[in-house]
Amino acid sequence: MTETRQGASYADTRRRPGFVAALYIYTSLFVVAAIVLIPLVTTALGGFKTLGELRVNPFGLPTDWQWANYWDILVSARYWQMLGNSLLIAVLTVFLTLAVASMAAFTLAHVHFFGNRFLMNYFLLGLMFPIATAILPLFIRIRDLDLLDSYMGVVLPQVAFGLGMSILLLRNFFRNVPRELFEAAFVDGSGYIRFFWYITLPLSRPILATVGIIAFVHSWNSYIVPLIMLNSQDKYPWPLGIMIYQGEFSTDWQLVLAFITLTIMPTVIVFFAAQKHIVAGLTAGAVKA
Amino acid sequence: MSGSPLRKERPEGASSPVLGWPKRPPSRPRQASWRVAAWRSSGGNLGRTWPVIVLFLPPALLLFTMFVILPMGEAGWYSLFRWSGYGPPTEFVGLRNFAILLGNSAFRTALTNNALIILVSLALQLPLAMWTAMLLSHRIRGTVTFRLVFFLPYVLADVAAGLIWRFVYDGDYGLIAALAGFLGFGPVYVLADRDIAIYAVLAVVVWKYFGFHMMLFIAGLQAIDNSYYEAADLDGATGWQKFRYVTLPLLGPTVRLSVFFAVIGSLQLFDLVMPLTGGGPSDSTQTLVTFLYTYGVTRMRVGFGSAVGVVLFVICIVLAFTYKRILMRHD
Repeated sequence: MTETRQGASYADTRRRPGFVAALYIYTSLFVVAAIVLIPLVTTALGGFKTLGELRVNPFGLPTDWQWANYWDILVSARYWQMLGNSLLIAVLTVFLTLAVASMAAFTLAHVHFFGNRFLMNYFLLGLMFPIATAILPLFIRIRDLDLLDSYMGVVLPQVAFGLGMSILLLRNFFRNVPRELFEAAFVDGSGYIRFFWYITLPLSRPILATVGIIAFVHSWNSYIVPLIMLNSQDKYPWPLGIMIYQGEFSTDWQLVLAFITLTIMPTVIVFFAAQKHIVAGLTAGAVKA
Repeated sequence: MSGSPLRKERPEGASSPVLGWPKRPPSRPRQASWRVAAWRSSGGNLGRTWPVIVLFLPPALLLFTMFVILPMGEAGWYSLFRWSGYGPPTEFVGLRNFAILLGNSAFRTALTNNALIILVSLALQLPLAMWTAMLLSHRIRGTVTFRLVFFLPYVLADVAAGLIWRFVYDGDYGLIAALAGFLGFGPVYVLADRDIAIYAVLAVVVWKYFGFHMMLFIAGLQAIDNSYYEAADLDGATGWQKFRYVTLPLLGPTVRLSVFFAVIGSLQLFDLVMPLTGGGPSDSTQTLVTFLYTYGVTRMRVGFGSAVGVVLFVICIVLAFTYKRILMRHD
């Protein structure tokens, strides 16, 4: 999965474990996997049960599959609307993050000017502090800009708080673009901006994908910013929608479970379909920074 | 750059050496072009720099200053006022918000809870992550699948994970209820018991985040060269000795990184707690951020809430600097 192996590593050249060792390893792994998976599987199965069956039989397969629990949610406008809201907010966040951060990172990586290092450190301040430290002044600012209850009111703070990490990752990658390419381009009469557009960006697809994935996953799962900035339910992204739904149907656990399952389904499907990129993206964000 | 003396000697029109650039003799590679020469004499820049500086930097600077740096400063300023958020802040109270905070028992619970979360993350979650990473470094079938399964909770939204575990812990319908019934106890309401609710939350934290740290450790393990282990084998080292004296020291940078993420993540825990307990019962599971939300945001006490933000900010700074001093000495 992680293809970036350098030479012969520990895992590659070790001997296969003997029978007793293998038994110990597999037993441990299956126990941990069970602890991870049982809550998820019972949630998905619970959505197919009646409330009465949930009480007496939370673990096993449903005796009578209640497809209607899932179907009623799938045909409701509410479900699709909140997924649509989440998607819109995430796409806007990714687009703005990539545009703004790559331009700044390019300048910080390649142009020598007074204050370059100071500016880089300025952006790095954003890495250290959780968004919660400034959430109330942020609310006041968004309100004064008249952006409360709008998608942009959620997108702008999310982009701003992701800039530190994004600029750091992009700058480190941009700096490794070979010097010779640069010289060749300038000799042929290209300026910085053309170089950025025609050479740096096409060469940097892997890191742009990494930054994009991090921004997307964070935005898709984000809760506290939309919670504070949005008040009308038709603009709620899914983490807010799921909490509202749970509040409405709090005693009908079977419906809540079906709803949870359906809302995390897109994440699970995309995760298993693109697992290589997602794992690499989310951990590279930590390792390369 | 335009003031370079070399420009006069090689006007742009007569740039035949430019076209011949790839075929130059390799001995003196960079002298063929006045532009490259100009670059070398100007501190590393090629061509005009002001268009790129003027166009490319301001969007990021503006966004970052308006929505990150200024709000941080404003939090410090607002924390000195009693203010509902409407009109300008006028009721200056000095440090009274902080005094109230320190006297607030829910806030003290939040502080201890955050300390507990950090402790459990470091003492339980990281060893678990290390152990699973070591198990998965063996040459056995299915490691890729196990890795994905262990990483899955990290990808799920905190809110969804919190709701799923709210069901698991539910005293009437949940898995704990079934387990208690099976073992012959009466109904157990884990999340409603103020003495044990926080431990239930901690278990979910470990469940959700250990896979992320495991992935970091796996990446770190793969970067360790096998010759170290061959040398250790020649010296007759046991498995534990190899782990203690080869793996662990070489994994140092990864562990430090992991500690950093665990601490920062623990401090801002919010999304996971809200669906589980919302900070209750009777404030026993508050964290700094849920406290800020419950007592600052929902009641629009901007000054008081900002004071909580400032405390969080100071804790982050102090931890970042101690961390740098203690752990980054060697890097």
